[in-house]
Amino acid sequence: MKAKLFDYIEKDNFVFNLSGMTKLLCFLILTFTVMYSYDARVILVILVFSFWVLHLSEIRFSQIKIMLYYVLVFIAINFVLTFLFSPQYGVELYGSKHELFSLTARYTVTQEQLLYQLTKVLKYLSVIPLGMMFLLTTNPSEFAASLSSIGVSYKAAFAVSLTLRYFPDMIRDYNDIALAQQARGLDLSKKERLGTRLKNIMNIFVPLIFSSLDRVEVISNAMDLRGFGKHKKRTWYAFKPLVKNDVLALILCGLIVLGALCVAFFIDHGRYYNPFAT
Amino acid sequence: MKKLFEFKTKTIVATGIGAALFMLLFMYIKVPTGIPETDIQTAYGIGAFFAALFGPIAGFLIAFIGHAISDAVQYGSPWWSWVVASGISCCIVGLVYPRLKVDEGIFGGKDILKFNLYQILANAISWIVVAPVLDIVVYGEPANLVFTQGAVAALSNAVSMGVIGTILLFLYSKTRSGKGTLSKE
Repeated sequence: MKAKLFDYIEKDNFVFNLSGMTKLLCFLILTFTVMYSYDARVILVILVFSFWVLHLSEIRFSQIKIMLYYVLVFIAINFVLTFLFSPQYGVELYGSKHELFSLTARYTVTQEQLLYQLTKVLKYLSVIPLGMMFLLTTNPSEFAASLSSIGVSYKAAFAVSLTLRYFPDMIRDYNDIALAQQARGLDLSKKERLGTRLKNIMNIFVPLIFSSLDRVEVISNAMDLRGFGKHKKRTWYAFKPLVKNDVLALILCGLIVLGALCVAFFIDHGRYYNPFAT
Repeated sequence: MKKLFEFKTKTIVATGIGAALFMLLFMYIKVPTGIPETDIQTAYGIGAFFAALFGPIAGFLIAFIGHAISDAVQYGSPWWSWVVASGISCCIVGLVYPRLKVDEGIFGGKDILKFNLYQILANAISWIVVAPVLDIVVYGEPANLVFTQGAVAALSNAVSMGVIGTILLFLYSKTRSGKGTLSKE
């Protein structure tokens, strides 16, 4: 269990110097565009764009290796499950059937299904660099500022920043308690039966949660004493004001989204790109 | 009188701490059931516990923030339909908040029943209706796959909330002293 979630290593380049608000907005609108579009060509453009941005941001491969591994496993499982549960979903979507070869009567591989599933893989792949980029290139103290600047209530934004602040403490507490309980002979490994293991996990949860509730008390008193929540608005120490590059990045993302929407409305007449229609 | 949608400093802090706990459990502490990819997420037990203590807004934000950040850290990008469903499930559990008096040390048989009714309702709505429908509408996933996943999630999360949530609430109520419990010797 790592106490650090991700490494924020400051660099001086185009992506790092953008305001957190810009990166959050770009991340959100591009993610939602990819969610909406089922046109492989549009998604390919966004995929290339997002990998280009990842390259620009000079994030090292070792920083994203584990995420990449998780994502690939997830994509593989989803790919297999989709085919197992709905082998003819593509046929339904595109309204035509071009068989490639058949395994059994139900599991016939069609071009439509292949296009649908490959588009889906591309969709997943293309949003990953965007999320990683936002996480790894934004100073964690700037998260709350960027959230509140896109219109989230500052109280909710503050909760997010508390979460990030106290996550490492929680990990440390959990490890301390788990080690103390294991020293008393509590077995958490697979050797124990499921029921006993659940009970043993509860023996860690209880002190962890009670100490957290005490912590809630202490922190909220400290915040109340400093007058938190007195005004409707607040300013942020870590907020980076928008500069020329931010406007540039926002316009670029805006153009991509506009392009994707135009393709959907005027060329595909819907979310799906259908090369099989005659 | 407890207000349903109050958002005091204490609620905000409880949300932040709760979400950090939720993340920790969500990422690392799962109980495998034997079926691949369907672990019992202990995190929902904690989410329900905090929701019952601090109300629906705290519940929603704890699950939403916790799920979104852990997805982002693990997969690079949150899976929004399930993140929203997570939030809604803990939000609905939070609706039970004005009806409970755990703070005053009262959590008897009737309260356990109430909490579990809300919890089962919450899981049914969010995992059998909200998550699959959002998956189909937003992500264009095939219907029978997402409804199967949703049903499994509803069941395992209901177990997690029912067992862990109930036990925690019960133990917590034992540590609180109620009104007028002092007696003269």
